[in-house]
Amino acid sequence: MDPPRRAPRTIIDPVPKFRQVGFFAPGAPPERSQSGPPDPTHSSPPIPNTSAASLSPVMIPPPRHLSDNLIIHARPSVASPRRAESINVGGSNCDAPVSPAPSSSYSSRFAVGGDRSFFDGKGNNVGKVVASSFPRGGFDLTAMKVNANVVVPASELTTVSVVNDSLGIPEKEKANKGGGSAGEVKDHPNSKQQKPKPTKAERRALQEAQRAAKAAAKGEGNKASGPTTSVNAKPAKAVKPAQKVDNTAVAASEKKGGDCPPEKDRKKDAPQPRMQYDDQSRVEKAKRRSVVKQTEARNRVELFRHLPQYEHGSQLPDLEAKFFDLYPVHPAVYKVGLQYLSGDISGGNDRCIAMLQAFQEAIKDYKVPPEKSLGRDLTAKISSYVSFLIECRPLSISMGNAIRFIKSQIAKLPLTLSESEAKTSLQSDIERFISEKIILANKVIVKHAVTKIRDGDVLLTYGSSLAVEMILLHAHELGKQFRVVIVDSRPKLRGQHLLRRLVEKGLNCTYTHINAVSYIMHEVTRVFLGAASVLSNGTVYSRVGTASVAMVAHASRVPVIVCCEAYKFHERVQLDSICSNELGDPDVISNVPGREDVKYLDGWANIENLQLLNLIYDAMPSDYVSMIVTDYGMVPPTSVPVIVREYGREQVWI
Amino acid sequence: MEGEGSAMEKNPKISAYYQTRLAHFGVVSSEWLAQAQSATNPIPSSSTNTYPDNESNFSVIDEFNRWRNHPDLAEAVAAIRALAAVISSSKASTMMQLEIELKNASDSLKAWDTTSISLTAASDLFMRYVTRTSALEFEDFHSAKSRLIERADKFGEISYKARKIIAMLSQDFIFDGCTILVHGFSRVVFEVLKLAAHNKKRFRVFCTEGRPDRSGLRLSNELAKLDVPVKLVIDSAVAYTMDEVNMVLVGADGVVESGGIINMMGTYQIALVANSMNKPVYVAAESYKFARHYPLDQKDLAPALRPVDFGVPIPSKVEVECSARDYTPPQYLTLLFTDLGVLTPSVVSDELIQLYL
Repeated sequence: MDPPRRAPRTIIDPVPKFRQVGFFAPGAPPERSQSGPPDPTHSSPPIPNTSAASLSPVMIPPPRHLSDNLIIHARPSVASPRRAESINVGGSNCDAPVSPAPSSSYSSRFAVGGDRSFFDGKGNNVGKVVASSFPRGGFDLTAMKVNANVVVPASELTTVSVVNDSLGIPEKEKANKGGGSAGEVKDHPNSKQQKPKPTKAERRALQEAQRAAKAAAKGEGNKASGPTTSVNAKPAKAVKPAQKVDNTAVAASEKKGGDCPPEKDRKKDAPQPRMQYDDQSRVEKAKRRSVVKQTEARNRVELFRHLPQYEHGSQLPDLEAKFFDLYPVHPAVYKVGLQYLSGDISGGNDRCIAMLQAFQEAIKDYKVPPEKSLGRDLTAKISSYVSFLIECRPLSISMGNAIRFIKSQIAKLPLTLSESEAKTSLQSDIERFISEKIILANKVIVKHAVTKIRDGDVLLTYGSSLAVEMILLHAHELGKQFRVVIVDSRPKLRGQHLLRRLVEKGLNCTYTHINAVSYIMHEVTRVFLGAASVLSNGTVYSRVGTASVAMVAHASRVPVIVCCEAYKFHERVQLDSICSNELGDPDVISNVPGREDVKYLDGWANIENLQLLNLIYDAMPSDYVSMIVTDYGMVPPTSVPVIVREYGREQVWI
Repeated sequence: MEGEGSAMEKNPKISAYYQTRLAHFGVVSSEWLAQAQSATNPIPSSSTNTYPDNESNFSVIDEFNRWRNHPDLAEAVAAIRALAAVISSSKASTMMQLEIELKNASDSLKAWDTTSISLTAASDLFMRYVTRTSALEFEDFHSAKSRLIERADKFGEISYKARKIIAMLSQDFIFDGCTILVHGFSRVVFEVLKLAAHNKKRFRVFCTEGRPDRSGLRLSNELAKLDVPVKLVIDSAVAYTMDEVNMVLVGADGVVESGGIINMMGTYQIALVANSMNKPVYVAAESYKFARHYPLDQKDLAPALRPVDFGVPIPSKVEVECSARDYTPPQYLTLLFTDLGVLTPSVVSDELIQLYL
């Protein structure tokens, strides 16, 4: 399977990679992983994946995020082929009666799915068949010469054919549909490719040229929806489970939504990988599509290149100006996005509540467009909002779960409901989610956790967690005698807010920096920590620094109690803090507030061998955790998957 | 001891649970056990009718005490029987009223001895059964009531059968030529060893002395009668003999939510030694002992004290640690033998979640 970093892609380059969709012009030399006989009748370049019906297991569509340069080759005789293709596609394969639109079975399979969605009356699908067939993980398939489809709505017949020398990722077609949904990329069969197989360099040049042309031609490119999803969704269908590592519902749920509703009810369930940001082309594509124009940071740490990092502070003025534009994004959502960007709202619960309330507003103002079904259109809209929010700041796991909840509620709306009834029902569902899963849950957590505080205890906490704060205040109200040690760390120094609030209420507090945690741990009797999420293997995902505090506590045999609401649990498993994380603004590391004389790191970005890394989260292994307090009671870390299993089902969300 | 025992029972700090166990093992012998057991079978409805007008409070505790003293009866079962007696003597006419009465009775039982975990767990289980059984909804009150009583009586059987099931499941773990280290006198463990002896397995047992209860002496007595080779070791000699031991087998007073166990003082020590020498530690416990406690350390338990008699007078300014039990965290336990099957410690929470949530 492709290694997560995808660095090897370059290594694979020497072997010419084509990804052929359908039947291509003959004459191309057979590719390495040709699983079937290349169809001689087609002028297509060799098809690594055998076009013929055998969907070889090798042909696994690549992850969406790798999709890049699928440029669909529009054939001159596009019009007819469109139907023909689809039929052909449906028929899967090979034979190319429609020589113009050969599709490998694989891609046809992909296209089948795609086609369905594309034939929705919009004219723009002409000749655009997604060349799916990109193996998702395993890219032994060389890149096919794919005719990626340029999304530009309607009449875009002049798609260029580009050799996809990356491990072909189907390109998602954007703006296939108007409004916010990400279209699927349709691959045009490559049959037009007459030329003999070009060399790699030539292909690359061609690709660049085409991409430029596409960029120019692509007018308003659908920014609304998230870049990746759609395509991936499709391949998901035909794909074997050689799926990638990161199936987080977080990114998944939002991303997928935008796609053409018809297809992906299935995709709703399949968590989709998040976009990997070390793929240059995808990043570019995403950028073109995005609302928030973020400039990428320079000088990024290699190990974390798969995570997005932008220069902070550059987008706000721009976005503020755009606030009153008539925009596909609802103003309430826009506002919340700006608040995330600027850091006004931070903290899992706050962000989640703000987002849900913005969605409530958006739903209130939503009107179903004519001839569309509320369920699907609303889901698409929500997904577009979510993509916008992701651009402002990557979602937290709690937000991902909340979004999943909303989408499942939308999906469960009975069709007989009128529009206004449906809207009010959704709004009340969201209201209930907030009050039960967040607010009430915190109260239950407090009730359980205060039983673990005894007189004479010295409690340590890190950073500022809402649940922990409530526990401490409640215990104090109950009259228990204890003192609190607050451990804090740069750059956010959130412990100071907690300190202020506790001292106001009269608790005895000690404040120290994380450097001193091992020094102070010997006098501590209990450690209370908050969490952004708890994963299925018991790993606690929380603010950076929490894991260190827990480790020191474990070494000193101090019990560590993690307080986390159950809606933040996730079925994902994460073994380290690297594969999925969030990068913050590196400049705050180099600046020390209040100490203007500390300027040693000014201009760090220009120093080549210096990179600054500001991680936001870290993952704490379950060995360090003694107990997790949730609204379902006190459970050991091994019981998290039990709760996810028992209560992650439909009925829980009711 | 008995006279003192009753006086001490009034003292809330002395754990009645452990007093009872002491009383049981003071005179226990197999024949007596068998007789006592047969005596427990008939339903003692006659006795409850003699207190028709007493407050349910009183009758519960008395009833409970009566049952508790049967040596073969687990305390949990005694509690259930007492609650069943409450039902049969209750004058309530609706389910809600009955439930309230039961709740009061259960609370008073729990309050009477806060240190007994299986008591709490069993009463909770029974209350849960009462409030949850939907079958009770659509029957008339009397049949519902009799169904409850029937269930309560069955609980005693269930408990007894649980021991049999556990004994059966553990047989695979006792192989010929093995040496088992046992601590404390658990009736479940005794059942396991009895069955193994009955199946003609060749094994030997190291019994810890189990001060201050001297439960080890009793157990070795019983095992000797079964012709099982027994060796008594004093508590301090556990690490010394651990090399020759193949496995450690203990019972439990309660199994807590983390998967750890609460058992007689000394269990934690033995588990630590066994763990450091890579010997498996097996716990034999019935499933009704699963309790919703979650102790984080030794001091997190409700204190259960029992007086220690050193045989010589101790000066008054010398403190004596007289806690009767300790908590063994789950990482030192290998497997739990329960009537639900052979489980790992992390399954306890799973079961509890399914049961209570």
